[in-house]
Amino acid sequence: MTAIDPSLIRFEELVPPGSNWSHVLKRGTTLRIIDTTGGANVAALFYNFELPVERLNLPDTLKCQHIARLTAGNCLYSDMGRILVSITADTCGWHDPLAGASNEKIVTGKYGPLNYQTARNDWHRDAYLNFLLELGKYGMGERDLAMNVNFFQKVTVDASGRLLHHAGNSHPGAYVDLRAEMNTLVILNTCIHPLDPAPVYSPRPVHLTVWSSPPPGPDDLCRTSRPENGRGFILTERYFL
Amino acid sequence: MNGLTESTLDPAQAVYDFTLLAGDPWLREIKAGQTFRILDLEGNQAADTLFYNAHDPADRYSAQDTIREQGAVYLGAGTKLISTRGNVLLTITADTCGQHDTLGGACACESNMVRYAIEKRSMHACRDVFMRGIQQWRPAWSKRDITHNINFFMNVPVTPDGGLTFADGVSGSGRYVEMRAEMDVIALISNCPQLNNPCNAYNPTPVRLLIWN
Repeated sequence: MTAIDPSLIRFEELVPPGSNWSHVLKRGTTLRIIDTTGGANVAALFYNFELPVERLNLPDTLKCQHIARLTAGNCLYSDMGRILVSITADTCGWHDPLAGASNEKIVTGKYGPLNYQTARNDWHRDAYLNFLLELGKYGMGERDLAMNVNFFQKVTVDASGRLLHHAGNSHPGAYVDLRAEMNTLVILNTCIHPLDPAPVYSPRPVHLTVWSSPPPGPDDLCRTSRPENGRGFILTERYFL
Repeated sequence: MNGLTESTLDPAQAVYDFTLLAGDPWLREIKAGQTFRILDLEGNQAADTLFYNAHDPADRYSAQDTIREQGAVYLGAGTKLISTRGNVLLTITADTCGQHDTLGGACACESNMVRYAIEKRSMHACRDVFMRGIQQWRPAWSKRDITHNINFFMNVPVTPDGGLTFADGVSGSGRYVEMRAEMDVIALISNCPQLNNPCNAYNPTPVRLLIWN
């Protein structure tokens, strides 16, 4: 792991399994998400905090970079042609933009219902309802849902178009760095991936570090990985002019 | 590929028959039990399409739920189009094209700037068409309601190593896709005006829309 200079760390936080977290990640900072145990899923959505109707658009993200998976060098685009966050480091190698959020039907269908009264904070929760809860805190709701990313999870597509989930994609200590290119509202939760094959309900925790990171220079990995991203950075920088 | 399935429905018996020009929006309610056909008149056109629960449009088509529930990324005969709340909006009952995309989204002035050149901003694009459609027919809606769509007739192959490509269309003149509404739905279409990529063979053309009871 590339250690972060302690003087650059703004704060750290642990997100327990099956839980929500949100933060306005400021331009000039990076969010490191560490899969401490291996096998984590982080379902995530991103919005321009200043005008949240501008939000993550995964189809735009995938088609402009000709990808169906996310890793270092990729950028996450809003519907306005700007970059909300870019992936500046990744020791996992594959993050899933295809399979979407787990929901109550999936979680209770596989693992049965388990309510708060019975299990306290180990109750069974799903990514869809958790997204709605966290979005509600910012005045948003169902109409603000969009296609989400599942960090640390791998789903491939075979030649006939079939989806295949790969268990064990992420190892203990794997991390991904998300650098904010705008003031980006990050909405995430640690609910299970919708295609998680585990026989028992087993969401995992993640460790978060928000740290002050240098602005992307001319030779930045994300800026130079594709000509499209070069234009994406120009459009993002114009927003602040 | 989901294979080709022809319909037995006769266009002469349709209760609605409309030709939608490229670059124009279209919005209409389709009642539960009605069958809706989109016909690619000249070939290789892309019909960018969104569906909503007519009684509560906050419940709308979800690309990720649809592909996950069927376990495959391409849409075709047999595909159930799933909403954000997990409802089946429509089921594709006939398809003479073979596969349809739901990962590529709709073209936009802003994404055209990223994909092609900043100077492309002024070119007409699907998300402007959607915006015009809702401003005209559903003024209470906003950009929040322009979500991730289906691209009927469009070919966007995903490779096993995680690549995504825009390939020449697999559609042709006269090909169609047909679906049965499983609940009352609102359909919103942008007949794609894109001139920069092969999604519609660089030549946007009309589509024909038919509805049967």
